[in-house]
Amino acid sequence: MIGERGWRKAGWLVFFLLPGLGGLLIFSILPILASFVLTFFSWDLLTPPRYIGLGNYFQLLGDKSFWAALVHTLTYIAGYVPLVVVLGLGMAMAVNTTLRGIGVVRTLFFLPVVSSWVAVALLWSWLFNPKFGLINYLLSLIGITGPGWLFDPAWAMPAIILTSVWKDLGFVLVLFLGGLQAIPNDYYEAAALDGASRAAQFRFVTLPLLGPTTFFVFIISLISSFQVFDQVWIMTEGGPAGATTVLVEQIVRHAFSYGEMGYAAAISWVLFALVLGATLFQFRLQRLGVFDAQ
Amino acid sequence: MHSSLAPSTPPNPMRPQRRRGGLLSKTLQYLLLILGAAVMVIPFVWMVTTSLKAPGAVLTVPPELFPRQPTLESYRRVIETVPLPSMFVNSLIVTTVSVIGQLTTSALAAYAFARMEWRGRDAVFVIYLATLMVPFQVTITPLFILMQRLGWVDTYPGLIAPTIVSAFGTFLLRQAMLSVPREYEEAAFLDGGNHWTAFRHVVLPMIGPALATLTVFALMSTWNSFLWPLFVTRDERLMTLPVGLAMLHGRFTTEWSMVMAGAVISVAPIILAYLVAQRTFIRGVALSGLK
Repeated sequence: MIGERGWRKAGWLVFFLLPGLGGLLIFSILPILASFVLTFFSWDLLTPPRYIGLGNYFQLLGDKSFWAALVHTLTYIAGYVPLVVVLGLGMAMAVNTTLRGIGVVRTLFFLPVVSSWVAVALLWSWLFNPKFGLINYLLSLIGITGPGWLFDPAWAMPAIILTSVWKDLGFVLVLFLGGLQAIPNDYYEAAALDGASRAAQFRFVTLPLLGPTTFFVFIISLISSFQVFDQVWIMTEGGPAGATTVLVEQIVRHAFSYGEMGYAAAISWVLFALVLGATLFQFRLQRLGVFDAQ
Repeated sequence: MHSSLAPSTPPNPMRPQRRRGGLLSKTLQYLLLILGAAVMVIPFVWMVTTSLKAPGAVLTVPPELFPRQPTLESYRRVIETVPLPSMFVNSLIVTTVSVIGQLTTSALAAYAFARMEWRGRDAVFVIYLATLMVPFQVTITPLFILMQRLGWVDTYPGLIAPTIVSAFGTFLLRQAMLSVPREYEEAAFLDGGNHWTAFRHVVLPMIGPALATLTVFALMSTWNSFLWPLFVTRDERLMTLPVGLAMLHGRFTTEWSMVMAGAVISVAPIILAYLVAQRTFIRGVALSGLK
């Protein structure tokens, strides 16, 4: 039934679509489906996989490391997201000017963004070195005895959060800068004519018009922080004493070190559910107008 | 008399106050900028100066910001102890193939989505978008098992294959292609051209900026990638720079000059590339948030 034209069209379609779609199928779509199926199995890769129903999920419920990882991931988010958003907006406003040399400053802020997480994490491990690092030395100059940072269960997570904020600040700054520059100057002039103070201008012009950008920044930083891993793996490996164990680190550990493929997959689906839930929740907030700020 | 002095109408409304506020906030702004720039740049300076110290000379109290006798000894030692040069080459190969692969597969598929009519097109495109929602970590266990079955652990194909398709890149290029006026292609078809000539000579040249954005995005994500290479390489001769660097750290926990030398070697290329093509980089990274 397919004529010559039809065949030729199909040929073109295969030519254009197959490399991408085939690759996506093999390296993304099928693994996603397989991963879900895997959550119902116990498999160490040495012996044949064994169907255990919801066994992995039940195991999760009683797994102290998993709950610790979940709590630490949420702690990380609670520290990282507000800090990076507020500082990112603040620096974007400071950078949004025509001062001399401002281009250089913008360039500098972006250096950590293009650097690899591994290099940045190693650099900050060294900076945070309790005895020989720069940070505790600077603190000692103002009379503060710095903590053990990555060696101290109470300070390891704050250190990881600070490092992450430092690395991602330039990224958030660029997003906010784009949003700020899209606000027409007339709005500020009109507000100034009406006698609005700088604070009032920020509150009633900048924030509302920046709503969509803020929403975007929140979603992105939230999604990425659920997946926090590289810096943790390099800086603490989840320690000291499990004080910084996070969800992806648990996935890696179970798949990689313990050979528990099904269990690792189950944690990854919990992660997916959390990311999805958080995203949907934020869309809900947006629809309720939280990011419009009146 | 009195009533005219009453504070019900604020005296001399905006101007002087604004100017004072302007000066104050200018100063504050300058301070903030200088402080911010210092916080951004000092760690990098510290990374470089540490790497220029001799091995064993970094553990000093108080720390020396600049080495008294700068030396490349740590670079020499680090190259001797781990195969950093071959890791560098691995990173280069993996990144190059992956970037070219992503550009090719994404551009071709984007053309099929933006410029060809076929049944099920929109449904397939929705599947593309849906995969963007799923964190990479979900696929990592089956991917690893697949690589093991294929015998691709500790091989270039194992490192590269999962990275040469990009749903994000396909989406990005499709959007760019949709904005190319159809008349241009119709002219190409009237001249006896086919889909390939339309793609190669009409559509591709017109989406240059999008291709540049995707290049930067792919370049950064593969050069800096850690999780997947960590999974798929055990043999240090096959490791990419980030994984090799992490291993170096594990082996020499106190040899910070050597670790920092390794870090400098691994970030230098991408920072150089960024300094050369800043605008494209910033656009590429800003867009990567969409992923």
